[in-house]
Amino acid sequence: MKRQGIAEALRDGIAEEMMRDSSVFCIGEDIGVPGGWGGAFTVTLGLSEKFPGRIIDTPIAELGFTGMAVGAAMMGMRPIADMQYGDFLFLASDQLINNAAKMRYMSGGTIKVPMVMRAPIGATGRGSQHAQSMERYFTGVPGLKVVAVSTAYDAKGMLKAAVRDDNPVMIFEHKLLYGSKGARAEPGAVDATSDIPDEDYVVPLDRAVVRREGKHVTILGWLLMAHFAAQAAEQLAQEGIEAEVIDVRSLSPIDYETIGASLRKTGRVVIVEEGPKTGGVSAEIAAGIMEHCGDSLQAPVVRVASPDVPVPFSPILENAYRPDVARIVAAARSLAQM
Amino acid sequence: MKTTSAPGAAPATATHRDRASLLGLYERIVLIREFEERVKFLFLEGTMPGTIHQCQGQEATAVGVCSALQPGDYITSTFRGHGHALAKGLSVQELLDELFGATTGCCKGKGGSMHMGNMDKGMVPGIAIVAGGIPLAAGMALAFKMQKKPQVVACFFGDGAVAEGAFHEGVNMAAIWNLPVVLVCENNLYGASTHIGKVMKNPKISDRAASYGFRGETVDGNDVLAVLAAAERAVAECRAGKGPVLLELLTYRRTGHSRRDACHYQPKDEREAWFARDPITRFAEVLLARPDVKQADLDAIKAKIDAEIQTAVVNAQKAPQPTLANLTEDVFA
Repeated sequence: MKRQGIAEALRDGIAEEMMRDSSVFCIGEDIGVPGGWGGAFTVTLGLSEKFPGRIIDTPIAELGFTGMAVGAAMMGMRPIADMQYGDFLFLASDQLINNAAKMRYMSGGTIKVPMVMRAPIGATGRGSQHAQSMERYFTGVPGLKVVAVSTAYDAKGMLKAAVRDDNPVMIFEHKLLYGSKGARAEPGAVDATSDIPDEDYVVPLDRAVVRREGKHVTILGWLLMAHFAAQAAEQLAQEGIEAEVIDVRSLSPIDYETIGASLRKTGRVVIVEEGPKTGGVSAEIAAGIMEHCGDSLQAPVVRVASPDVPVPFSPILENAYRPDVARIVAAARSLAQM
Repeated sequence: MKTTSAPGAAPATATHRDRASLLGLYERIVLIREFEERVKFLFLEGTMPGTIHQCQGQEATAVGVCSALQPGDYITSTFRGHGHALAKGLSVQELLDELFGATTGCCKGKGGSMHMGNMDKGMVPGIAIVAGGIPLAAGMALAFKMQKKPQVVACFFGDGAVAEGAFHEGVNMAAIWNLPVVLVCENNLYGASTHIGKVMKNPKISDRAASYGFRGETVDGNDVLAVLAAAERAVAECRAGKGPVLLELLTYRRTGHSRRDACHYQPKDEREAWFARDPITRFAEVLLARPDVKQADLDAIKAKIDAEIQTAVVNAQKAPQPTLANLTEDVFA
């Protein structure tokens, strides 16, 4: 057992999978340069020395290296692609959506695309183009599995599950949760460390997890918002409101079994999402709740999300953009009192 | 080495190929032409669903390249892939079944005209996004290199793909890692209806290779023996770790871009000039110049093909259609 942050846990997870299976390799920008960073957030630091020829630094060519990952996966390799910033996924989306996601179906079920795409997201003082919450653009794509990891334990376990899965899996990570150290440390980082077992383990790609039990209101979140939801629950507890906090974690598919079980208990739900409210994953979850367990609701679904604007730079504006603990508390409180 | 043979140049000699292999090449290019003509009829007749992008006039590029490959090698194709599929050894039956949306088609009816493929026969389902197959093929070649396997990938794309970012990104990475991919540009002068003269300052596509640091070659794509010879050189280089190679094959589409396109944008004199350089007619002339090939041999090949296609059409029209349960199958492995 050891205490690790997300960057370290991912690094160990990648290394262990590469040791276990010679078809696993990493591909992306600045991930294995000697004297470099090990990717923008240190996840692959030191791996190029450990695995010569299997940490592949590419030109700045997101569409190209993503397509190469798809092609290599089709030929029996298990690539872990590293998108330096999630925002660059727009450049790569043709290969992800038109090729990776559809290849199995178009081929009548004969082709496997066992690839992983890792991407950091989140508003972190970088303005509009290194900040977007990208998961919404991929959760509605049939053929892709989409997960979002908020703890080091989940990061390692879901990374391993994704590598071993025979389908394309996108893993979204939050820049404020990595726990990257040294020059790559993030101001405003949130502690996402976990106790990591010494033995091998995986975390399923299709299950939400209850982080805190409660009976008055359910708060759903993922990535940074799962942490803020837990902090909000602490405050609500002091007011006598017992909030159940669920880290949705698996964004495609969404685990309505776990969510539904909670709603049958609380009858009330706040969905928290970093990212513009319109067209967000929270909209899908809200609709899914109506379909799967709408008869459990005692009050309308409430969403706490970012306004429909690009991510601003100014810290004052950025903090107003990103849902915070106070907004979550206020929303949950008024819902619990309905 | 001759690096350019313009359309209309003397055909490559057939002297060093044996009669059986030459007739085999002829059979393949005639098969593609007859298949496409029959598909066009079925489509216009209204019995075949979907849309079609056909390759009449471009048969020699598919056959020349695929004949230089080994069974374990792969190709990637485009939305205009019927010829590539037949050249790579997919059967008339599995293609026709696919075009009729039957479960016995090469992709169980889920691919259709633009996504023909069969991995057991070395063909990735056609990538119908222009240039989308180029990074994919480079990635397949990367896998072969990492796995220390001798295979190569031939990646077919059109002149239109050269303007796409995916071309630049995929080709550049294939170059820096010396990947075993033969980049096959079928330059038929038109990206959909737009002439290359409107979209390229330098219309000699093979010139691009030099700017990435590898070899490119422009070949008469309507001369199946010239294509085959160039493809054999390219494949040998790729297998020896000296890839990639860019082959620009000059050819011409006799039929519309898709569906009922009447090709009004192709000038009459241009069409006539290219029709006079038809790959089948030219190859027939080469064959008939040999003392051991008679017109009756070529007629017999065509008759055999027509019979095969006729049987396959009858079968395809009564091939099993999917059930609704098939709709949600094959999304995930």
